[in-house]
Amino acid sequence: MHPWGKWGRNFVEYGVKAANDALKDAGIEWKDVQLVVGGDTVRNGYPGYVSGATFAQALGWNGAQVTSTYGACATGSQAINTARAHILAGFCDVALVVGADTTPKGFLAPTGGDRFDDPDWLRFRLLGATNPVYFGLYARRRMELYGATELDFAKVKVKNSRHGYQNPNARYKKTFTIEDVFESPMVSDPLRLLQICATSDGGAALILTSMAYARKKATNPVTVAGVSTVTPVYPQSVIEMPEFGTDSAAAVGLPDTFFKDSITRRAYEEAGIGPEDLNLAEVYDLSSALELDWYENIGLCNPGEAERLLNDGDTTIGGRIPVNPSGGLGCFGEAVPAQAIAQVCELTWQLRGEATGRQVEGAKVGVSANQGLFGHGSSVVCKR
Amino acid sequence: MSKAKRPAIEGWFRIEGEPALLGTQCKSCKTLFFPREETYCRNPQCQSTEFDEVPLSTRGKLWSFTNNCYKPPAPYMSADPFEPYAIAAVELEKEKLVVLGQVVPGVGCEELKSGMEMELVLETLFEDEDNEYLVWKWKPAAAA
Repeated sequence: MHPWGKWGRNFVEYGVKAANDALKDAGIEWKDVQLVVGGDTVRNGYPGYVSGATFAQALGWNGAQVTSTYGACATGSQAINTARAHILAGFCDVALVVGADTTPKGFLAPTGGDRFDDPDWLRFRLLGATNPVYFGLYARRRMELYGATELDFAKVKVKNSRHGYQNPNARYKKTFTIEDVFESPMVSDPLRLLQICATSDGGAALILTSMAYARKKATNPVTVAGVSTVTPVYPQSVIEMPEFGTDSAAAVGLPDTFFKDSITRRAYEEAGIGPEDLNLAEVYDLSSALELDWYENIGLCNPGEAERLLNDGDTTIGGRIPVNPSGGLGCFGEAVPAQAIAQVCELTWQLRGEATGRQVEGAKVGVSANQGLFGHGSSVVCKR
Repeated sequence: MSKAKRPAIEGWFRIEGEPALLGTQCKSCKTLFFPREETYCRNPQCQSTEFDEVPLSTRGKLWSFTNNCYKPPAPYMSADPFEPYAIAAVELEKEKLVVLGQVVPGVGCEELKSGMEMELVLETLFEDEDNEYLVWKWKPAAAA
């Protein structure tokens, strides 16, 4: 990985650093990589739209096959799944997956121009609905439905800051207190600045290989046991960014499973596990309140029980099922195309027992969960 | 001379007579859409390409709410200085859907409570030299 921060340099530099780290870690030479899958960035012009080739060129053309993927925040798992599918189909043995981003300061903004047919542009124009507005709606809904409090949300931030402050790749290496959170300015009620994920620069990369190839390089490799890139089932009954509302359930009834509940379910099925088998989870805490929703969505507890899990210490390192031992987005900020890859880097380090200062002891099974706007589910199950 | 009142987006709401959001309804499966869908029905069981325009209910229950304390980026046309506003997600019972909207100026989160009845109004979103551009907003409903 390239450490997260606000470095202001070309995203390619972060991606190449991450790729070289991954190659070195795997003991594989660049010339032996047969497929490069890039996770695209939409904020860095044309090189960002063809990121696979951009990274391959920067590493020095080696004739590998190449492709690029985009799925908003789910870009990284799209890239992982693409590489995995090539390997499982027998098209290649060794693939490099890379994502990196350079982000502007402040709110993520839509593409410019007059775009009256683009919901992402229209939500800013007609509603002034920034990303934190959607996070605020979910947080308030949790308070009204389950009695969650601003203190619960603050505790998530405090927990994750304690998890991640020694993580060398984290951007915010500081332990925050409840008071720090409450003293930070309100952004979208009930969420304050310290409870909302920042936008960061950073890069992450992975080497994926066939099992046979991995066994030549490592005695006990970490296995990608399941990947989910599911979409919702119509009608979508929860407002998702960047929509103006939900689908109507008046003529077609609601599906059995809500979208966010379906995301890890698919990955668990592929991996042949259930949430009770997990030792850790990396989830997308775009806001501290959203982390609590994920506890329920990924099956760690029933709806309405996430606050109890948090307050009992279950999701803290040392507890029953630590969530975001990396520190999560609260410590990293979001580098969109790198983030889902970074989640899997963390699972890998944890399963190998190499997560110094934040190790979940004896971890054997981990899951990542994430969602990209416009209906991208994203989850990876890793096993040791 | 007063400025002309124009919709900030064409066809999404009625500005003559009683204000209402304008959705569409599939002629075949009767599924409702807002924002309007006019090409292919998005119900995966339906192949229809024909729709009727339908006004949506103008009252609903507050599903959730929040606010925006900082000026959003373009293309939001912000007043100067920026005025924070609340945003409501309102559930329309008959249509079984939730619609977002800004809350009228002067009503903050502290005055909102999930489940309360909200009604639709048209208000100015921004203006230029010649026109006032209107958009729908939600406001706590007057007692019936």
